[in-house]
Amino acid sequence: MNLKNKIKNLSSSWYFPLAMSGIYIAFFFFKNDIFYVIINHLIQILTEVLPVFFIIFLLMTLSDYFISPEFILKHTGKGRKRKWLFAIVGGILSTGPVYMWYPLLADLKGKVLDEGMVACFLYNRAIKIPLLPIAVLYFSLSYILILCFIMIIASILQGFIINKIIK
Amino acid sequence: MINKKIIKSAMSLWVAFPSILGVILLISLMLAVIPKTFYILIFSKNIWLDIIIGGIAGSISAGNPITSYIIGGELLSQGVNLLVVTIFIVTWVTVGLIQLPAEIMFFGKKFAIYRNLLSFLFAIVVSLITVWLNSLF
Repeated sequence: MNLKNKIKNLSSSWYFPLAMSGIYIAFFFFKNDIFYVIINHLIQILTEVLPVFFIIFLLMTLSDYFISPEFILKHTGKGRKRKWLFAIVGGILSTGPVYMWYPLLADLKGKVLDEGMVACFLYNRAIKIPLLPIAVLYFSLSYILILCFIMIIASILQGFIINKIIK
Repeated sequence: MINKKIIKSAMSLWVAFPSILGVILLISLMLAVIPKTFYILIFSKNIWLDIIIGGIAGSISAGNPITSYIIGGELLSQGVNLLVVTIFIVTWVTVGLIQLPAEIMFFGKKFAIYRNLLSFLFAIVVSLITVWLNSLF
């Protein structure tokens, strides 16, 4: 779907947040105490999300400016290994909630990445290096290392299967 | 040239904004109405049933992965099997039923549904292999 069609569908895409706002209003009138807990969570998420939103805006602009089909052809050649590596490392290093990355990934899909690589990127978002010490605290180092390794392999397998299914 | 690119990126994000906002509103609501103790209460101590429950509970949950580690640690201390806990924390981060409307909007229905279904199945396989390999060390 191109940008013009997406803009045409913009009004209908507001149904979801509007429906959610309706539920919030209902909570405000009927369960006031829970409403304020919800708002606290909302503020917490928004403060976490806004800096990521800015990073993604910057990345989208830069990728749109620098990444052309010629650029990709020059830097990846005929091999696709580098793109898979980009999907794995990019997924692991990306920060913030997963849905914040949808616009950028949708933008890169078809231009740089195929569906399988997008799935691989999304799967690898499960591995968060800064959070690993906390995970080790609750489980064990060997368990977390094995889990991360198996998940990276699973992400590649999932990517291949998605490509088979979509094609 | 760069101005055009900035406007294009801003427009793309503006198009994405309603779905992202909807997801944020839904997650905030779920975090408030589903207490952490809920997860301990739903497990039956029947391993096969708990595998399914763990997978479903992880799939419908959202939020920072730290929360899943804390809940996972708590579940372990309550006697829930490590395999079940692993499936729970893996589906928490790989399956996104709450984000599904936004994922469908950006990548299409077929991609989003297959990706989430596969992630659910892979969570079981990943957990089985992880727990088995971990038992060897």
